[in-house]
Amino acid sequence: MSLTPRFLAGAAPAAIRANAPGRLDQEGTPSLCLPGGSPHLRRLLTAAALVLCGALATGAQAQATGDLGLVVERASGSLLVVDQSERARLGRIEGLGDLSHASLVYSPDARFAYVFGRDGGLTQVDILERRIVARVMQAGNSIGGAISDDGRYVAVSNYEPGGVRVFDAATLEMVADIPTGGKTIGLVDIPGTRFVFSLWDAGETWIADLSGATPQITKITGMGRNPYDALVTGDGRTYIAGLFGEDHLTALDLWQDSPEPQPILPGYAHGREGLPVYKMPHLEGWALAGTDFVLPAMGQHEVLWVDARSLEESGRTSVHGQPVFAMARPDGRHVWVNFAHPRNDTIQVIDTLTKKVIHQFKPGPGVLHMEFTPRGHEVWLSVRDAGKVMIYDTETFEKLREIEAESPSGIFFTARAHKTGL
Amino acid sequence: MNKAALILALVAAPALAEPDAHALERLVKQDCGSCHGLTLKGGLGPDIRAQALAHYEAAALQAVILDGVPGTPMPPWRPLLTDEEAAWIAEYLLDGDRE
Repeated sequence: MSLTPRFLAGAAPAAIRANAPGRLDQEGTPSLCLPGGSPHLRRLLTAAALVLCGALATGAQAQATGDLGLVVERASGSLLVVDQSERARLGRIEGLGDLSHASLVYSPDARFAYVFGRDGGLTQVDILERRIVARVMQAGNSIGGAISDDGRYVAVSNYEPGGVRVFDAATLEMVADIPTGGKTIGLVDIPGTRFVFSLWDAGETWIADLSGATPQITKITGMGRNPYDALVTGDGRTYIAGLFGEDHLTALDLWQDSPEPQPILPGYAHGREGLPVYKMPHLEGWALAGTDFVLPAMGQHEVLWVDARSLEESGRTSVHGQPVFAMARPDGRHVWVNFAHPRNDTIQVIDTLTKKVIHQFKPGPGVLHMEFTPRGHEVWLSVRDAGKVMIYDTETFEKLREIEAESPSGIFFTARAHKTGL
Repeated sequence: MNKAALILALVAAPALAEPDAHALERLVKQDCGSCHGLTLKGGLGPDIRAQALAHYEAAALQAVILDGVPGTPMPPWRPLLTDEEAAWIAEYLLDGDRE
């Protein structure tokens, strides 16, 4: 197999487009508003249709998506459509295949989501009509994706076959295939219609620029052994890869013409026994807390703090177990941490100023993910084995609501549509 | 206090004597599945479906589960599992007829 990326002329994977009944966004007049029959009946029907269409235009079609979201139901291959303001579930979209470890991104208008299934499925769903728009099986084994800054391209990171495939967001036709020869992780979008991702086996980070006629690839070697996940900061400048095989993380300054790997937190576990990791930590774009990045340690029950400007260590916080997510509340004032098996029933909240744990509680068995409301006043937690999403006030820590869900995992609010690197 | 301890002992006793198949099956799917995939066909960790493990003796697989594979992300499960539970999981994984 050639390792040269290429734009493709046609759709390599078969794209199955679902029927789109009464789509109002393309023709202006929906098909259901076209009457037939006798002239008299037609006039009556036209009048009725105009009334109906008027109602649709100001009613259902005026539904805004800004405070909606999707919850992945990992075992049943479905998504819950939720309303963050109402703290309610609105409906369910089914038929998305294997959604264990699934994630998703939103179109710029926050109407469509692109869902990355573990089984290689890439599915476009319409959250207003609550249905699948299109679905392709684009690989055998996948691990997340990203959408370009202009909303034109959706990229998927694959384990098998290893590499990144890029799809037209409107049609799900493959437009570029970037084989890497191995498992590919840590895929993010950055400004300039570019994607960044890392190679588990080769310890490289590649930047794919899709702004021109053909994709341009920049390869950065020497990132370190076995990068397992990565994040990019909200400004798209700093890419940080977590390493399984080394006692540090590696940062890249993507504003440089030739980014150089910079080890950060060197030897953070030196001289200490590595503790078993029963679930790999996640690095995600919610890392900036005040003037520091906050990162989960690997094999140590610690959260690590790095000065965002100098990339020097600025502190450590001992925590309850192997951290999985260490997520800054959107204002950065607190950091919420969940943990790997067998301590995944617990949440700890750390104060950013003192770097001390200020609150600990047990929402229930299998806390897999957290999602803050865009300004951080509430947080939604998926509690897999309780079959519930739990909503908490982030100041008082009071539980506000529980929502029934089948083995919930990732929670994604549409505000992500407007953030780089999520 | 004594009463609570007694109840705990009574509840825990059968689990120690015989692996809890339901709990272990769940552990395989959810927790082994973190790396090997919910369907065990592989993720960051390799495929661990029966055909992929066919070259393993059950005892060797039990040892891998208990002690992990140094230098790889496969952790030792000894802190969390008994020998009997690891043996049960090894047999479970090697059973190609299971569906």
